[in-house]
Amino acid sequence: MSDFIPKHLPLHGVRVLDITVVWAGPHCTQLLAEWGAEVIRIEPLSPVQNSTRGAEYTITREQSEKSRGGPLNLQMSYPDYDPGPRPWNRTPAFNSHARNKRSMTCNIATPEGRKIFHDLVAVSDVIVENNVPETVERAGFTYPDAAVANPGIIVLRMPAYGLNGPYKNYRSFGTHMEGMTGHHYLRSYPDLDPSMTGDAFTVDAASGVIGAFAVLAALRHRRRTGEGQQIELAQAENFLSYLGEIVLDYTMNGRSPAPQGNHHPSHAPHGVYPCAGEERWIAIDIATDAQWQQLRAQMGEPDWAMDHRYDSTLGRWRHREEMDVLIGAWSRNQDRDALFQALTERGVIAGPVQDERDLYACPHLRERGFFETLTSPEAGTHAYPGLVFRMSSTENHLYRYPVRLGEDNEYVYNQLLDIPPEQEAALRARGQISVDYPGRAPAPV
Amino acid sequence: MQALTGIRVLDLTHLIAGPHCTKLLADFGADVIKIERPARGDPARHMGPFFHDVPHSEASALFLHLNTNKRSLTLDLKSTEGRQIALELAARSDVLVESFRPGTMERFGLGAEELRARNPKLVVTSISNFGQSGPYRDMAASEITLSAMGGPMNITGHRDHFPLKLGGNVVQYHAGANAAFATLAAIHAVEGGRPFGDHIDVSIYETQAGFRDRRVIALTAHAYTGDIGRRPETGVRPGSGVRPALDGYVNIFAGGPARFGRFLEMIGREDLKQDPRIQNPLLLPNHPELAEEIENSYLVWLMSHTKREAAAIAQHHQLLAAPVNEIKDVVEDPAFIDRGAFETIEHPFTGPLRYPSRPFILAASPRQPARRAPLLGEHTESILCDELGYAHEDLGRLGAMGVV
Repeated sequence: MSDFIPKHLPLHGVRVLDITVVWAGPHCTQLLAEWGAEVIRIEPLSPVQNSTRGAEYTITREQSEKSRGGPLNLQMSYPDYDPGPRPWNRTPAFNSHARNKRSMTCNIATPEGRKIFHDLVAVSDVIVENNVPETVERAGFTYPDAAVANPGIIVLRMPAYGLNGPYKNYRSFGTHMEGMTGHHYLRSYPDLDPSMTGDAFTVDAASGVIGAFAVLAALRHRRRTGEGQQIELAQAENFLSYLGEIVLDYTMNGRSPAPQGNHHPSHAPHGVYPCAGEERWIAIDIATDAQWQQLRAQMGEPDWAMDHRYDSTLGRWRHREEMDVLIGAWSRNQDRDALFQALTERGVIAGPVQDERDLYACPHLRERGFFETLTSPEAGTHAYPGLVFRMSSTENHLYRYPVRLGEDNEYVYNQLLDIPPEQEAALRARGQISVDYPGRAPAPV
Repeated sequence: MQALTGIRVLDLTHLIAGPHCTKLLADFGADVIKIERPARGDPARHMGPFFHDVPHSEASALFLHLNTNKRSLTLDLKSTEGRQIALELAARSDVLVESFRPGTMERFGLGAEELRARNPKLVVTSISNFGQSGPYRDMAASEITLSAMGGPMNITGHRDHFPLKLGGNVVQYHAGANAAFATLAAIHAVEGGRPFGDHIDVSIYETQAGFRDRRVIALTAHAYTGDIGRRPETGVRPGSGVRPALDGYVNIFAGGPARFGRFLEMIGREDLKQDPRIQNPLLLPNHPELAEEIENSYLVWLMSHTKREAAAIAQHHQLLAAPVNEIKDVVEDPAFIDRGAFETIEHPFTGPLRYPSRPFILAASPRQPARRAPLLGEHTESILCDELGYAHEDLGRLGAMGVV
């Protein structure tokens, strides 16, 4: 088992083969790795996993530099805007989930790759994948295939819409499942069309966490019965539960809600208001008359706010749109952080819209040790967002920097599988084993 | 036998995040006893939407959805007898989940240390807005302020408009999902032979700061570059993004040279496939007339298809695509219905209703059809008398004192 993962972590001893791509699957295995499982990413060298390791185009340092000072690009914000000789080890989309994991290279869609994969399955507990189902079926790493190599194996498959039905092979990013499940429409601006809403990827996050939960449920079943199994997590279906009361409002009342923006079904005012400066905003949630009176006092009790139409929750809710405009006209001259403090002291529920700099500076996250520093030989030393929950009797940290492509080839091929040297040399010659993508060997620095 | 059969959970949660955690445990077989305050019960019972829009403590969609497969016991935790009963239940439980403000459980005399001293293998899961420590520990918060402070709100929405929250209560649901995973991880250790349980501290704020919905990536990108995220100008990328169709909107992604070629075929402009100006579609904005010509052809094509047809045709061309559905579209979609994405649950107050069903399918240990959410205090008598051995006359005394 991995020497860098402490034995006291709860999932120590569980070995996970990770054939995940993009965001949802990698988030699932991230959680398993953070709590002690040995997660081995099996990464093909061809084709390049372009949305996973952000390497679709070769970006030069000059092209990357042009992004400096602009809005963050989630794939190509390399450390100091330098793609480096191996940009696939420096992309934030990948490096934000890849800590504590191992990486080996192997194209399991080839016959020799499949043989290696089956040898690994025989010594593993769990396989996690989130590819298009037909891709998985063509490559032959479905549950029946894996169970031949290891009858106790647990296989988590995370397709967008399931392993059957008309949408089975629908290709999707999170944003497409957001559309299908109604989330994109629901969270759109009330007075603008849904093309103005912008993407969200909440489905990816939900699938990752629920997938990790599902793996532990199946491990418990195996511990009691010896049985492995397939877990089918249709990501869009899973997300419908996150929208449960909205689904039920339709099935009980026939109501299919219009875009809600920042409005609440009963609280008002409830929204995000501009503050002084560029891109400074504060969220305010008024649930009671007393909170409204406190907000009104903070505004200095202007004439408009004393209008009796606003005295009750129902009155405020009916007039929420005009109130939002009036509150915004006042708040845009207020200092965001001072207002946050003042409203909090008054018992008004409020919170600044925090950007990345704000979060790194947050005194609460600092005191709780949320950010943890990792040093990668290829990405440098940085503070990364850390564990999202703690266990008081289980000391835990991030133990290894984001894994580099093929970093653990020697561990897997020589220690786990004991491949003879001549076979290893042949695999290397045929491009199965490497730390570089073919044709993308590092440029001289 | 379901995957979590045999796990006994004492559920002291209310509202959304905590009940979502215990719903996940209950739906896969754990025996969850939900403690509710006498008379009013879980505040979620009084939040809408309500069946036929008539407020009633047994008719809240939020409550009915989040509390399937649980049993309800009313108990006043502030009373001596209430605390005593809670301690008896905690002594025979594997897990206790609570979502009170930090410090409340200690005031009840039910602090994690005390509970764990009495039952060393107990896993206590605490869910709160900001966690059990730190300067914001006691600050009030809600769905929108937690999303604003922790989540990716600064990059959600349109550059020219205000930042958007996510839909409904998904921030709190997500914290509950994290708590369920954490709880099972601790159970895994105890059932594997570890002689002691744990106290899990879930902060909704931190589940947002560690949110895979862009937040962790943007934070990492900031650590790498010093720059900060902004909301995008949407709909400007050729061939990709949300656009109108005949009956609504559709989201199609045709990024990358190979997909863009298939996209041109789809909209009937294969004549442009060899055009040297579009070999890298990212550079198409450098050729505004051509970009406009493609966009016009695309809009004409879109106006001859419904959102669902457009998505299906795009998928046929191996593009990433989906309709921008309203809730009614997905709940009425035969593809979701036929797969069993919904299940009908009978309830004495609402009659049969369709709910979202299983979040995932365990082939060998399948989840059973859900039992409806409990009526307030529905299981008080059976739990106290049949399981804890209280006499029936005690029940009357406890009721008279307002304990149950």
